[in-house]
Amino acid sequence: MTNFVLQNATLPNGTVCDIRIDSGIIVEMGSGLSADEVTDCSGLQVLPGLVDLHTHLREPGFEQSETVLTGTQSAALGGFTAVHAMANTMPVADNAGVVEQVRALGERAGFAEVFPIGAVTVALEGKQLSEIGAMANSAANVRVFSDDGKCVSDPLIMRRALEYVKGFDGVIAQHAQEPRLTEGAQMNEGAVSAKLGLTGWPAVAEESIIARDVLLAEHVGARLHICHLSTAGSVEIIRQAKARGVAVTAEVTPHHLLMTEDLVTSYNAVYKVNPPLRTNEDVLALRAALVDGTIDIIATDHAPHPIEAKDCEWSAAAFGMVGLETAASVAQLVLIESAESTWQRVADVLSHAPARIGQDPNQGQAIEVGSTANIAVIDPSVTRTIEAKTASKSVNNPYSGLKLPGAVVHTIFRGRFTVRDSALVLGGAR
Amino acid sequence: MKHLLSTEDLSSDQAIALLDLADEMALVNEREVKKLPTLRGKTVVNLFFEDSTRTRVSFELAAKRLSADLINFSAKGSSVSKGESLKDTALTLAAGGVDAFVIRHSASGAPFNLAHNGWTNVPVVNAGDGTHEHPTQALLDAMTMRQRLHGMANTRGKNLDGVRVAIVGDILHSRVARSNLHLLKTLGADVTLVAPPTLMPRTEEFAASHSFDFDEVLAQPLDVVMMLRVQSERMNAAFFSNEREYSRNWGLTSERFEKLSSETVIMHPGPMNRGLEICSEAADSPQSAIVQQVANGISVRMAVLYSLISGEHND
Ligand SMILES: [Zn+2]
Ligand SMILES: [Zn+2]
Repeated sequence: MTNFVLQNATLPNGTVCDIRIDSGIIVEMGSGLSADEVTDCSGLQVLPGLVDLHTHLREPGFEQSETVLTGTQSAALGGFTAVHAMANTMPVADNAGVVEQVRALGERAGFAEVFPIGAVTVALEGKQLSEIGAMANSAANVRVFSDDGKCVSDPLIMRRALEYVKGFDGVIAQHAQEPRLTEGAQMNEGAVSAKLGLTGWPAVAEESIIARDVLLAEHVGARLHICHLSTAGSVEIIRQAKARGVAVTAEVTPHHLLMTEDLVTSYNAVYKVNPPLRTNEDVLALRAALVDGTIDIIATDHAPHPIEAKDCEWSAAAFGMVGLETAASVAQLVLIESAESTWQRVADVLSHAPARIGQDPNQGQAIEVGSTANIAVIDPSVTRTIEAKTASKSVNNPYSGLKLPGAVVHTIFRGRFTVRDSALVLGGAR
Repeated sequence: MKHLLSTEDLSSDQAIALLDLADEMALVNEREVKKLPTLRGKTVVNLFFEDSTRTRVSFELAAKRLSADLINFSAKGSSVSKGESLKDTALTLAAGGVDAFVIRHSASGAPFNLAHNGWTNVPVVNAGDGTHEHPTQALLDAMTMRQRLHGMANTRGKNLDGVRVAIVGDILHSRVARSNLHLLKTLGADVTLVAPPTLMPRTEEFAASHSFDFDEVLAQPLDVVMMLRVQSERMNAAFFSNEREYSRNWGLTSERFEKLSSETVIMHPGPMNRGLEICSEAADSPQSAIVQQVANGISVRMAVLYSLISGEHND
């Protein structure tokens, strides 16, 4: 079925219409459209296919946690049609061979487009620039570079990287964490860490790197993206930089929009994440910044880990949590249920803006005639109780047991259903 | 009370009941036959992932005096050093039939994981976890304070209302300080924390009654001064400059000891760095309760094991 109609769908701007899709393209929009097959979307919210700028797919090297196949299946169930795969695999994605392999695995799986992110430095060691040019010119066409998991902490390396990617309008995505200020850090530094006897990860360790990097980006006139903002102070720095015209963009994760450090008092390592869960004050500042545009996008930082990396003592546990299948719900909660914003803003933060930052062709396009048919269809009226098990290989799911609004009903990737009636279309893989 | 993981979980009544029971146990320890049959047939596992001969032996004596069978498991030379996890160690030992775990671990919260991750359903006693808590140490400290301040024969049912305690040293990394802070507050004591600013958590709970100036605190009347062990590796992480400077500012030196009221009880959880955080004159003086603390440790641990395993103090 390559010719079908989504009937009575609600667009991000609130208008209701039929959308006809043929051979992977939106070919007609209006009312009373017909095709080989008609899917009733009455009462359902249509969004451009979601784009995650920050996903850990773990392949190659950590296939016990996730593979490109399972990760993109989870992404499809979350309404995503594109994910950006972080470089901290084994081997590290610091050369054209690895990024081309990851790109090809994504195409073979067929559940979402995979844009590999290239490492900024060789083996993420922060010492020598990786083959950024080769990755940019490879078949994977890499535009986003990050040492995520580690901070590019050396100011000279960071400056050079920012300058280097200007040549092809690339962007450096910084995991902002001053390493010396976070040695042995286990959770947010504050009242809870003092009580629990866990080494603190102070907000200033994030903020000092962001402050430095916006100044560097300003100095060399380059684009900078800040991963997973987690503190109120970081929001302030980004706000001021944007006011000065610095080409900086910022992301926030669903978990930093929803959860606070108080969850750590259980010593349940499912809540261990980097940067750590912060205070309620930080959560409120991040939400406000997402509404007012200081923060550009929501990115999941989906970070699967096997059970043994979480069912253990806190300091031995791995950092990270899954999040692809709950991101849209958290966006709905924070932007729509709060009555603070609009579905157009949801489309911006989960699709248009991440695709623009990542320079993704054919992703994040407006739902209009001529666009590639990458579409997420959401039922905003339901409330669902989240189960730990998702399509991800891993179950380190902090949303387990929570009630969240909205559910992804269909996901259409390049004109094919990858998810229909909230279930994977397994034949959808090519 | 199913487990003893943190003194924060203890109500005033629960704490006083445990302390009263510990005083009863102390009477057993004075007898010629220092043994009760109460836990005969029960098995206690001492799960020590961190070296501490003092605490291990104290729990061992406590279990044996209650006639329990005791298994000593220490990580050194065991499968843990080959990479077996706390979880697997607990599962393996629990499969052998165990009535209580006593756990010492370098990871803060490890006793919580042992008690709550579904690995075992028997009582868990925290014998010191990372930089988090050491609840039996706080109980033995409170027991010692009651004996010293109320008189040996006059402790039963008493709390520590209005007792002025200064805890001095590396508060940030001290599990003894945390457990004492919670318990002493619960028992009504008035606690002042003294440390260099780098070793004082920057939060309200700890800041409520803190000082960076030991002499200023000593100028006020004090019932108890508790000195904490300082680890010299903290110097390398720039928490303070060197031992001389630490001692000069935050040590119970002989100059400070001379000015101290003879009524003020001196305590230290041990092992001591003599000449660093405490001078020998103070440690060996009649007002030092340091040896009494060690003796009380056994009684407190008997009371805790008895309460948890026999279930008589469950509520
Ligand atoms: Zn990161
Ligand atoms: Zn990440």
